Amino acid sequence: MTQPLHYLKETPSQTAGPYVHIGCTPNFTGITNVYAEDLGTSMVNDQTEGARITVKGTVYDGMGAPVKDALVEIWQADANGFYNSPSEMRGAADPNFTGWGRCPGDMETGEFTFETVKPGIVPFKDGRPMAPHITFWVVARGINIGLHTRMYFPDEEAANNADPILTRIEHQQRVPTLIAKKEGDVYRFDIHLQGDQETVFFDI
Amino acid sequence: MSNKKVETGAFYARDRAWQPPAYTPTYKTSVLRSPRKALLSLDNTVSEITGPVFGHNQIGELDNDLLLNFSETGELPVGERIIVHGRVLDERGVPVSGALIEMWQANAGGRYRHKKETYLAPLDPNFGGCGRTITDENGFYSFRTVKPGPYPWPNGVNDWRPAHIHFSVFGNGFAQRLITQMYFEGDPLIWKCPIVRSIPDEAAVKQLIAPLDMASTIPMDSLSYKFDIVLRGRRSTLFENRREGN
Repeated sequence: MTQPLHYLKETPSQTAGPYVHIGCTPNFTGITNVYAEDLGTSMVNDQTEGARITVKGTVYDGMGAPVKDALVEIWQADANGFYNSPSEMRGAADPNFTGWGRCPGDMETGEFTFETVKPGIVPFKDGRPMAPHITFWVVARGINIGLHTRMYFPDEEAANNADPILTRIEHQQRVPTLIAKKEGDVYRFDIHLQGDQETVFFDI
Repeated sequence: MSNKKVETGAFYARDRAWQPPAYTPTYKTSVLRSPRKALLSLDNTVSEITGPVFGHNQIGELDNDLLLNFSETGELPVGERIIVHGRVLDERGVPVSGALIEMWQANAGGRYRHKKETYLAPLDPNFGGCGRTITDENGFYSFRTVKPGPYPWPNGVNDWRPAHIHFSVFGNGFAQRLITQMYFEGDPLIWKCPIVRSIPDEAAVKQLIAPLDMASTIPMDSLSYKFDIVLRGRRSTLFENRREGN
């Protein structure tokens, strides 16, 4: 006989379903008289520090069709590498940058867009620098549990080549699935749920 | 702000045998939307340990009252009046304060107010179907709404969703991010539902079924269901550099 540990179990996930917008972005689906603004619509303001960037992308299914009902959230450090979070103990983040964004895929094309700043360097657990990155979380109808991944930057080749996470991916040919493509002023980060180009997803 | 110490530990590993797998072919949409390669394990870095916080100033007075937050005439929606309440805890049993909960649901007839919804049940002019709130210092939350109806959906030829409310939850770290659905005690459709059955463990399914809570009903007014939500626990940092979190 031993003492019981008494840990609780995490609540099981269920799909966000096709109507996730009603709860998370009601204005987007025409419910405009309940909340003034959908949360996560705006990450920056006039005083936000750092280089402004636009990130666009589309979530694709295993047949290469765009997922038009996805909801994408991002979480990132500010331009100096600090998170706007009470658990950030290393320093004060830019108060004019939320670090968190939420965007539903366009109902016709599936494309999402974030207006943000390029994140700074954040340390890995052992203190080594991680290359600038943005954490992504994707839910949709047919996704039973939210998928975590990361977007890295194509213009950070040296940092990416030394990144503690990118370098430990066994199948290095999959690393490009985590690196955005530069298209003019836009970073494009398409997410493939399945197939030859399947994005690397993390169990975090 | 609470005077509790800020915790900075990593989160417990997610129990993937308890959570639904990505590929569950009886829920057909999962077939082409499920990653087939193994997830890459990543013990939390500061990017996962931190997360956004939401202030009470971002939440309106009626945001958690679906009986009143949509109607512009003050008329009430049709349906069984219910209170849904509970706590957000982590796996250690520690209350999660300041957690943002967003919820959404169909109306009493099983119809969602959404641009792409086509079910023949009518919209209710006095019901929007969304609510949100932030847990108090002890992790408690509550909503007032109507009980949603079950509805048919195109999966099998004759599949029906049990009555349910969707919940989206933010804890203190982005790794805790969770979306789930709450079901109602006694609904015979629960165990027939392919989405419910994406969860392999019966005990895990039961964690999503809210019991009728007579103690929290309001006589001559509203029934009540209690739904506690458990987010991932944080590892202690006792034997690391800082002694926080214990």
